[in-house]
Amino acid sequence: MAGKLGLKLGRANLEEFADTLQVLATVDRSIVAVTSDSRGSGKLAPFGKALPRQIIEVGIAEQNLVGITAGLSACGKKAFGVSPSCFLTARSLEQIKNDLCYSDVPGVLVGISAGVSYGALGSTHHSLHDFAALRAISNITIIAPADNFETREAVRFAAIAAHPVFLRFGKAAMYDVTPAGTRFEAGRAVTLRDGHDVAFLANGETVVHALLAAANLADAGIAARVVSVHTVKPLDLSTVLATGRDCRVVITVEEHMVHGGLGEAVAAALLTAGLKPAFRSVGIPDEDTVTGAQADIFRHYGISMERLAATARELLKGRTSGSC
Amino acid sequence: MPTDQELLLKSFALRRRMLRLIHHAGAGHTGGGLSCLDILSVLYHRVLSISPESVDSPTRDRYVQSKGHCVEALYTVLADRGYFPDSDLDTVCRYGSKYVGHPTRKVRAIEMNTGALGHGLPICVGMALASKMDGDAFRVFTLLGDGELAEGSNWEAAMAAAHHRLDNLTAILDHNTLQITGPTRDVMSNEPLDAKWRTFGWEVRSTNGHDYAALSAALTAPHPGRPLFVIANTVKGKGVSFMENVARWHHGVPNDDELKRALAELEDAEAKCREGSP
Repeated sequence: MAGKLGLKLGRANLEEFADTLQVLATVDRSIVAVTSDSRGSGKLAPFGKALPRQIIEVGIAEQNLVGITAGLSACGKKAFGVSPSCFLTARSLEQIKNDLCYSDVPGVLVGISAGVSYGALGSTHHSLHDFAALRAISNITIIAPADNFETREAVRFAAIAAHPVFLRFGKAAMYDVTPAGTRFEAGRAVTLRDGHDVAFLANGETVVHALLAAANLADAGIAARVVSVHTVKPLDLSTVLATGRDCRVVITVEEHMVHGGLGEAVAAALLTAGLKPAFRSVGIPDEDTVTGAQADIFRHYGISMERLAATARELLKGRTSGSC
Repeated sequence: MPTDQELLLKSFALRRRMLRLIHHAGAGHTGGGLSCLDILSVLYHRVLSISPESVDSPTRDRYVQSKGHCVEALYTVLADRGYFPDSDLDTVCRYGSKYVGHPTRKVRAIEMNTGALGHGLPICVGMALASKMDGDAFRVFTLLGDGELAEGSNWEAAMAAAHHRLDNLTAILDHNTLQITGPTRDVMSNEPLDAKWRTFGWEVRSTNGHDYAALSAALTAPHPGRPLFVIANTVKGKGVSFMENVARWHHGVPNDDELKRALAELEDAEAKCREGSP
């Protein structure tokens, strides 16, 4: 199906991140990567070899990683703290809240192997809370890029941002979903495909599934809009609200628990604006997550072309029952 | 640079000012403020390469107060050193004031927002690494509390500082041996402090935290290849007889009578000190 849409398979966003950071750091010597025994999993081994004076190892100590990232950032360095998102955004939450966000230093945190990238390793290694936890903290931009283009641009944005930024990457190779000529702007969602029946608002590694579902629906004469809401915070209100005005059905899709992430952010925005399209938040439900690879978990919880298309048809027919 | 005697004489006024601040604010950490005040005085008069004129210089020494709850002592010393007007101290903790009850960067010369314990040392490791990357551009200091050492993040940072050979980093322990519940040895013993920090790869010095000459020597002698841990032996509530070594003054706020008695004691002590001055 991806081939039918003409989508080209790129590489893992994590690899794109590491290469982009190395290119930037070669020019801007103030850029520093901070790792917690994570340079391999963060694809930063080449960075370390090429720029050994710009990478700092802190060992398996995520609280220290964030504190050090903040200290570097307060002293003129552009520090990127890189660690698995599951540990980075849970164990170090107080350091993120106080050392980076409250102190307002321009550090960047990179949550690698996010969501259910570590699939079968279990919930210790899942980060299904990170959007929710960080959304509740003032002064941080939260970005989950969909493809290599969004990744590259998000890293470039983060490298010059004046305030804290959280970047979230998975491990799987990503299809290039962004149309050529698209301009990336943090906080500005990208409409990948237009339509006025259904809107899929998705981010990160789920976007391609929404795009495929839209193509599937088109075969049945249903026009679906697909928006990559790469920035969860600040939310692009005008684009989100336009979907609520233009489309009968709005479906959010995210690799995150249904509590506190993109879905609830969009729902709150729509309701606050008085917009009440048929709505469904697709994500990981509040339960003991099923065991399996990322693809298994996605299918199990309805993040797939077939299930997203079915959800859209169901909502269009007015059958809106189901968990949210 | 003020002499030891000048610092001692000044300390009575600083203690009185801090107590009036806490009384006025209706909140604060009196005991710890009195125990760390002499350390702050030595830092800002003799150790840190910083002044109101150089407060924004990239090469200024950095001080991060990890035991952020003793901010009243820091505000008092900073006001005295001319970073902001003394009258600002009357706004601490007041509605809309930038002088929050823990350190905040909104206040001039304060480097980081602290107050949750166990954060200062990791931040300082990052700062010291930044300094190393820039050719040892500045030194970094932090102040820790006894109870704070139970936070595991300190030990993560202690390992990292030694691993990266951060000899531009100094951590000072305000070792008054009391915390909110009572003696630290009863709550969560942190002894033997010197052996622990040495084992972690630090240079360790123990000194009287109210002796200006000894503190100055401990804080300024080089410690090549290793970070420095200074155990500053202090008295919680130092300078006010009924506050000294009493845990309830951890965050006790003097009432009108207690303030009056405390100020009188400090005035008497200052007068005696002046009589004995050459």
